[in-house]
Amino acid sequence: MSLLARAVTLLVAFLAVTAGIVFVVVHILLAKPPTVDFTAGHVAGRPVDMTVMTDPVNDVSDHPDWVSYFVRSPQTGKWVHSTIWQLPAHTRINVTAYEFDTCDPLRNQVMGQVTGTIGGVMSVSGETIGVNGKAISLVNSDTTCGVAHTFTVPSLGINVPFAGVPYAVPLSKVCSLGPCAMSFLHTTTTFSFVTPGPGEYRWQCFIPCGLATVDGNGHAMSTIGFMTGYLDVVS
Amino acid sequence: MATTTPAAPDSTEDPAGAGEPRHGLRIFLLWVVPAIAADLLLWFVYGPHMPPGGMSSSAASQQFDFKVMAVLATPVVLFVLIFSGYAFVTWRARKDDDSEHDGAPIRGHVRVQVAWITISSVLVLGLAGFGTYELIAPNGAGSGEGPSPVWNPTGARLTVAQMTAPWRPGHELVVQVIAQQWLFTFRYPQFGGVETPKLELPVDTPIQFDVTSLDVIHSFWAYQLGVKADANPQVDNVAYTTTRQTGTVNVRCAELCGLWHGAMYTDGKVVPAAAFEAWARSTQAQLASVTKTLPRFALIYTPNEIKGLNKLYYQAGLPGAGGGYYPAQYYPYEP
Repeated sequence: MSLLARAVTLLVAFLAVTAGIVFVVVHILLAKPPTVDFTAGHVAGRPVDMTVMTDPVNDVSDHPDWVSYFVRSPQTGKWVHSTIWQLPAHTRINVTAYEFDTCDPLRNQVMGQVTGTIGGVMSVSGETIGVNGKAISLVNSDTTCGVAHTFTVPSLGINVPFAGVPYAVPLSKVCSLGPCAMSFLHTTTTFSFVTPGPGEYRWQCFIPCGLATVDGNGHAMSTIGFMTGYLDVVS
Repeated sequence: MATTTPAAPDSTEDPAGAGEPRHGLRIFLLWVVPAIAADLLLWFVYGPHMPPGGMSSSAASQQFDFKVMAVLATPVVLFVLIFSGYAFVTWRARKDDDSEHDGAPIRGHVRVQVAWITISSVLVLGLAGFGTYELIAPNGAGSGEGPSPVWNPTGARLTVAQMTAPWRPGHELVVQVIAQQWLFTFRYPQFGGVETPKLELPVDTPIQFDVTSLDVIHSFWAYQLGVKADANPQVDNVAYTTTRQTGTVNVRCAELCGLWHGAMYTDGKVVPAAAFEAWARSTQAQLASVTKTLPRFALIYTPNEIKGLNKLYYQAGLPGAGGGYYPAQYYPYEP
């Protein structure tokens, strides 16, 4: 091989490795879902309405079999695959959560208690745990298999277990295309909380729902955009 | 003819060195004064403020260890700096020194060898003895001793019945630390087994931490208490301390445990015993409904609290999720 050929080979190899590193850094290490902004046009003192859904599948990522949150954009009204939500500080947030996934037991049943919400309660509409429309403060996921996912912000003491869809229903009624259409079986949970001062507060689901991973906390549970993310609270 | 009186010899001049100063003595004098001053400052001024403080017996013990280590190490550091500075200022090659070879090798010097071996042996054995004492005397020095602790303050490991008997002020308090991705919760078996994300402890009280995990390996690190114990699944890792001061305790996970390891922290409090008891009683009442849904207090918790559910999950093709009901290759006892 001539000197020129060797130099060119070396250069090409160097560029290939560099391109690989840049790709990994930009597309994997620095990749994050878009921030959904609930502060635009917000009037101080007025509550913010937020709607989310938790789905057993998703059709908007490279991992369609991962469970996932979606949030409805306040600007477009469309479902967005993101778990980074920008919220105004010191503001009441009214949350409506549609839950389409089937139930699982909590690893630690203490997370079955509703905490940190206004009144320490949530309201559940659905048929899984027999509390249609009632405000409740506790779900026993062991005896009722009543929880599918949770919305938990540990540093704020917020924990809301979402009642799940029971296993014993026809598969045709269970959502298989996320974001899920409202025609599929689901439960609806509503609750409110007040945001603290500005800051970044991580939240996560405490049902170990990362299927096929040891301890169930891999995959969707460990990837921002699926079952965990930030509340980006701004003044 | 005038006569000249020879100058009095410099006391630091080597009498056998043909006018060469006694460098060793000079270096010693330059070193000993700042070394003593630094040690006194370290022990009496900075020492009482050294981490992790004196909030508990184990913390105070660790602070004492740090003080001892600092007092031993600082003179060494000063000696190296002073020797280097002295050498840099004093010794330099002479213009007429064309020697390119080392001097004659030193062979055999019994006194030096004996002194070296003796001093080294005393230092090493002394530190080994000191370290062992400092591990045993404070009941494990705040570290996890595993499920069968040998250095416990009461002389015998508490039974589960004793651990769940109602707590009385002044008596040992049992706190079970339950780690999971990514949260610490604390269970108080002497208060009906109530479990809460808040850590609160009474002052002037011996504490027994029973540390375990529900999933991967974590580590319970209560910084100001000087307590650090690994949280392993299926293992009850016991650590002891005695609280001595009120204040805030920073609790962190000290074992890389996944995505939110860095966010797995919380603050605890050491409060007067009466305040602790009031808090514990009110928490017990407030969380009574969720406490009823918890498994009975145990030293460890398996993922298969619901008999048969693992089998159901496995048959449904859902290994690895849903409360940790694992496929058979991980936990072969079910299904």
